[in-house]
Amino acid sequence: MKSKIDLAFKKCKKEKRPALITYTVAGDNTKNNSLKILNVISKHADILELGFPHNTPIADGGQIQGSSHRALRNGIKLKDVFQIVKKFKVSNPSKPLILMGYFNLIYQSGENNFLKSCKDSGVDGLIVVDLPYPENKNFAKKCKKKSIDFIQLLSPTTSKERMRKIINYSRNMIYYISMLSTTGGKLKVSPRKILHNYSKIKRINRKKNIVIGFGITNKTIASLKKADGLVVGSQLCKTITNSLKKRLNAAKVLNKMVYNLKKQII
Amino acid sequence: MKIKKGIQLIDQHDKNFMYGGKFGGNFIPETLKKPIDDLTKLFTKLRKNKSFLKERDHYFNSYVGTPTPLIKLENLTAHLGGAQIYAKVVSEANGGAHKIYNATVHCLIAKRAGKKYIVGDTGAGYAGKMLSMAAKKFGLKCKIFMGAKDIKRQRPNVEAMRKNGATIVPVKTGSQTLVDAVSECMRYWVSNCDTTHMCVGSTVGPNIFIKICAWSTAQISRELVKQVIEEFGKIPKKIKLLNCVGGGSSAMGFWNEFMDTDAEFIGIEAGGPKNSRLHAAPLTNGAKIGILHGAAQYVVQDKEGQIGSTESISAGLDYPGISPLHCFLKDSKRAKYTSASDEEALKAYQLVSKLENISPSLEPSHAFHEAIRLAPKLKSSEIIIVNSCGDSTKDKDIIKKKLGTYIR
Repeated sequence: MKSKIDLAFKKCKKEKRPALITYTVAGDNTKNNSLKILNVISKHADILELGFPHNTPIADGGQIQGSSHRALRNGIKLKDVFQIVKKFKVSNPSKPLILMGYFNLIYQSGENNFLKSCKDSGVDGLIVVDLPYPENKNFAKKCKKKSIDFIQLLSPTTSKERMRKIINYSRNMIYYISMLSTTGGKLKVSPRKILHNYSKIKRINRKKNIVIGFGITNKTIASLKKADGLVVGSQLCKTITNSLKKRLNAAKVLNKMVYNLKKQII
Repeated sequence: MKIKKGIQLIDQHDKNFMYGGKFGGNFIPETLKKPIDDLTKLFTKLRKNKSFLKERDHYFNSYVGTPTPLIKLENLTAHLGGAQIYAKVVSEANGGAHKIYNATVHCLIAKRAGKKYIVGDTGAGYAGKMLSMAAKKFGLKCKIFMGAKDIKRQRPNVEAMRKNGATIVPVKTGSQTLVDAVSECMRYWVSNCDTTHMCVGSTVGPNIFIKICAWSTAQISRELVKQVIEEFGKIPKKIKLLNCVGGGSSAMGFWNEFMDTDAEFIGIEAGGPKNSRLHAAPLTNGAKIGILHGAAQYVVQDKEGQIGSTESISAGLDYPGISPLHCFLKDSKRAKYTSASDEEALKAYQLVSKLENISPSLEPSHAFHEAIRLAPKLKSSEIIIVNSCGDSTKDKDIIKKKLGTYIR
């Protein structure tokens, strides 16, 4: 079976634009609301990342931490996360969905058990923030067996030699972290510099779909549209926070925001 | 699971940096891979570098102050009857606790790495205080991450850090204690690893930090081996080394050089308030293995893997995890672990401070409780040594509130 993630990139390439990838946290602020949000933003986004929240995240900035805490406070459990995915997939079977989170939750549920739940609910890919290469080799193999894309990360600190190895080992999608930062940091490197690094990575293997994430907002997204894909996360989490504060319908506000993001990269 | 003889404990890991195949490792974001690799390479070199070792010894002698005294607690021994009780008064080290060893070594490494900034986490405030002291001495700019709750309850150490010119960053996420301070410090390092050196305050975190810390605090047992031989002519067969464990850095240092001897190791965790379900004692209470701050270890957590809340009167022990090295020592049965409650620690503080010239802080008071419990059951030919790794001055406010009076 073809990877839905790969198909999504192919479609975007035909349309000569980058894929728009969103990140929201499962259960933020409730199970139902996060499902509603997924449903509306999937009209504009090409790939959806869904965070399974952890209360001790070592690479997330304030916005995503806030979303995670909200979800956890409302009692979100892993089984709810899979249920959200399942329900989403019933109405959007061809839209690729990637789960993203920290390894301890996978470790506690058992790798095989976790992957079975992924498969059963229709998860297309996985990003595990604190399971780098080569420690992730075994787990990545298990993912491959289940036809789930294990998404490797690259960062500005990754050496060229290491990049080659990681890219060689990767599947359909690779995530390039734009700068030294936790999620949601202000873009402290110029888009030109980011694209310069990006093209160096592309030169290693042009066939791989490489997306850029961290620090991407409606203000910066247009300047990076040469990439295969762009991830917006913290800005969406922040928007949910603000909508809740103002008692607005978060799904509605996000719908508009993601629509506008998309418009900028078409 | 077995410990090998003749090899430093910190080096008994496999190629994935796991101890006993189960504990430790490097569960870190990609961005930290290179800085951690670089630091690992640098430290591997420095450990064997004569000029670096000379430098370390020079500062341990002239700056930290070595050796810290080993004293017999005559009154306590007489009061309890039974085993002979000694204290290694590590709180006599510059700054008042064992954290100075790790802080000094990290500053020396940062200098060699050409870094101008150093950041660290702190719970009781000792790690932060020492890092700020050492940073000042070695001309590094220092930032300390500390839980907002701990800032309130460890005021004297906070003031000391400010005096040393460190910036204190209050951490207001989660439980606002050590666990969040460590997370926030790591997040800061993720964003600034190109210019900044990170010091993890205990034998926790990614493997290299465990190594550097245990290697640094090992100074305690290097001194103690000599002192014990001086006192008893040899290392006695029946000797118990008692140490409190939070992250586990002082215990690792206290035990390291005794690893291949008959000495018995007992680690005392923070049991929390008597009437509370919460504690900070993952080993005693059979917590499951999980990943916390980049390493696999026994950790207080729920079924799903969310890190659990802890509670302890002692900020320095108030941590849901425990060094992978201690997990390794526990599962290989080289060390035993138990816990003492808040109330028991307070009582032990009171008794020791009343009878002796030392006044242990609430962290080592947990270990003194175990000494007080054990001593009467043992023969007078047996020896107990407690690592008195902190002084009660920093806990004055808490003790006054709990006991009505503070004696020193």
